[in-house]
Amino acid sequence: MKNQNDCVLDVKDLKVEFDTYGGTVKAVRGVSYRVRRGKTLGVVGESGCGKSVTVQAILQLIPMPPGRITSGSALLNDKEMIGMSAKEINTIRGREVGVIFQDPMSSLNPTMKIGHQIAETVKVHQGASDDEAMQKAVFLLEKTKIPEAAKRAKQYPFEFSGGMLQRAIIAMSMACDPLLLVADEPTTALDVTIQAQTLEVMHDLQKNHGMSIILITHDLGVIAKMANDVAVMYAGQVIEAGPVDDIFYRSAHPYTLGLRYAMPTNIEGGHRKLMPIDGSPPDLFKPPQGCGYYARCPFAMHVCEKHIPDEFTISGEHFARCWLQHPTAPKVEGKLDLFQVGHTETV
Amino acid sequence: MNTIIETKDLKKYFQIGKNRVVHATDGLSVTISDNEIVGLVGESGSGKSTFGKAVVGLHDKTSGEVWYKGELTPAKFTPADYKKYSTEMQMIFQDPYSSLNPRMTVLEIIGEGLHLQGGFSKADIKERVADWLRRVGLQPDHMSRYCHEFSGGQRQRIGIARALVLEPKFVVCDEPISALDVSVQAQVVNLLGEFRDTLGISLLFIAHDLSMVRYVSDRIIVMYLGALVEIGQADDVFFHPKHPYTRLLIASNPEADPEYERKHAHVPIKGEIPSPINIPPGCRFAGRCPDVMEKCHTVTPELIMMNDSHGAACLLYD
Repeated sequence: MKNQNDCVLDVKDLKVEFDTYGGTVKAVRGVSYRVRRGKTLGVVGESGCGKSVTVQAILQLIPMPPGRITSGSALLNDKEMIGMSAKEINTIRGREVGVIFQDPMSSLNPTMKIGHQIAETVKVHQGASDDEAMQKAVFLLEKTKIPEAAKRAKQYPFEFSGGMLQRAIIAMSMACDPLLLVADEPTTALDVTIQAQTLEVMHDLQKNHGMSIILITHDLGVIAKMANDVAVMYAGQVIEAGPVDDIFYRSAHPYTLGLRYAMPTNIEGGHRKLMPIDGSPPDLFKPPQGCGYYARCPFAMHVCEKHIPDEFTISGEHFARCWLQHPTAPKVEGKLDLFQVGHTETV
Repeated sequence: MNTIIETKDLKKYFQIGKNRVVHATDGLSVTISDNEIVGLVGESGSGKSTFGKAVVGLHDKTSGEVWYKGELTPAKFTPADYKKYSTEMQMIFQDPYSSLNPRMTVLEIIGEGLHLQGGFSKADIKERVADWLRRVGLQPDHMSRYCHEFSGGQRQRIGIARALVLEPKFVVCDEPISALDVSVQAQVVNLLGEFRDTLGISLLFIAHDLSMVRYVSDRIIVMYLGALVEIGQADDVFFHPKHPYTRLLIASNPEADPEYERKHAHVPIKGEIPSPINIPPGCRFAGRCPDVMEKCHTVTPELIMMNDSHGAACLLYD
């Protein structure tokens, strides 16, 4: 990531707030991450941690007001996206950045044929004629492995199953060969078998087109399967980020570790008791003064209550926002290391 | 070990229109022992929830029998049957948002069962609700609140307290954790495990998160298109699956282990679960099966036992 040209999207210190009747919610509190060219960045975190809001704010998919970007920048290929006019952002959404949302049923128009909905994107962004656009739509459906694409293109969304709809949406988001694909919980509503199919389609498209992907999910299994880099978010901040192996095998933040302790590992005969993370995330109406994880952290220290931790580099691109990584902090590595990994056994 | 629940060829069909019948649960014979957790997995539309609901009497049975502690339960529950069996069998639902009445306080929600059973004074009910709130990790003073004041995990605890307040012996948990965050899933799963140990209840744990099902269950049942395809001890089914469907299902389950995922690039299962309206003859999985044989399209496979607990309904083992 050192090479600037290698970076497709560079988000720096983004802050997003929402005005509500109950006060101002500080949903995103200084998020920075980078997406490398042709690679997948996985963004994980609990509901309400700001993982979706971050990308929606960048793409101006959040109504403003009540939403508000208070600071930060997002460079897409060195072009500033924050503060773009509606006209400018329209040339980027759908063309340079494709988006896939969680619920495939509600992201399509139920009264329009699937083929037409895909063709619309092609017509708007590439100025194609009706026939050309329709051909392209069928071609895209074929590429996302929808059987009998020509026939399917003439059907309505209700005639598709959930997994096929999600693939149709992937086809639509790929219509203009985007630089970046934003997939916001693309498989959460799907069965594991259909999830595997969908992820494979995304993987193949990435291999053939070289686009970058931001994959937002709460499933560490999906992250392990798809991501090259990972950003772990908590309470509106990235609390740990780095290459996927560093995050899984050398977790440096107690929250990342806690997430993995809370999940079963599949080791035959092994039966480790799951360790839930007690409590719940902080109220972002009044975000904590110090570390967001302070109240739930088993290793919390005095300093954590009052001061937001700096980003401590662990190695290379791997960093964690945790005071435990400070040179003068007490050593808890023995405890952090309890977790056995890399021994997953299944068929 | 005593058998608490035994189903014999349990079927539940839904009539939709004149000649169209949904074969949701199509002949399941299963036993569940005292103090046992049985996991039930399968894709959406495989009939897992229908089976669970038919067992506790929330669906009328089309045919087949459900025996509870050696006693045949009625095919169609009357209000008196519900009253009788509600202290024996209960259910925890998937969605902690829509399964709790937003206009009732926590006291009313949890206490409703006691109230309907009769024989409890108001003070009694309050005391028991307070006790159960404590046991599921909430505060007794939460009882005067409404459920919108709680998070998803807390609501699911309220749902658990509601199911367990009548001290049933058998509880169907229909996807109790799929609407929850990972950190909270472990809280709920541990809670259920604890109650199994302390109260000696049996659970039918319906879920689609295979790792979690393996973690919670003693035995696993795999369903496909309304039929049982494999049954066995949790580790046998998970690590040594016999049926091609189970194998593919488990291989589709992403592991939170990047190295493992890189080494096991696998081919995902083809196609989708067919409609349960027109069930094809022969094996239901034949259309998607990588090991399909000629006879699979005509012969319906019977459950073949590999050892005394592990069996698969597949002609490969015929």
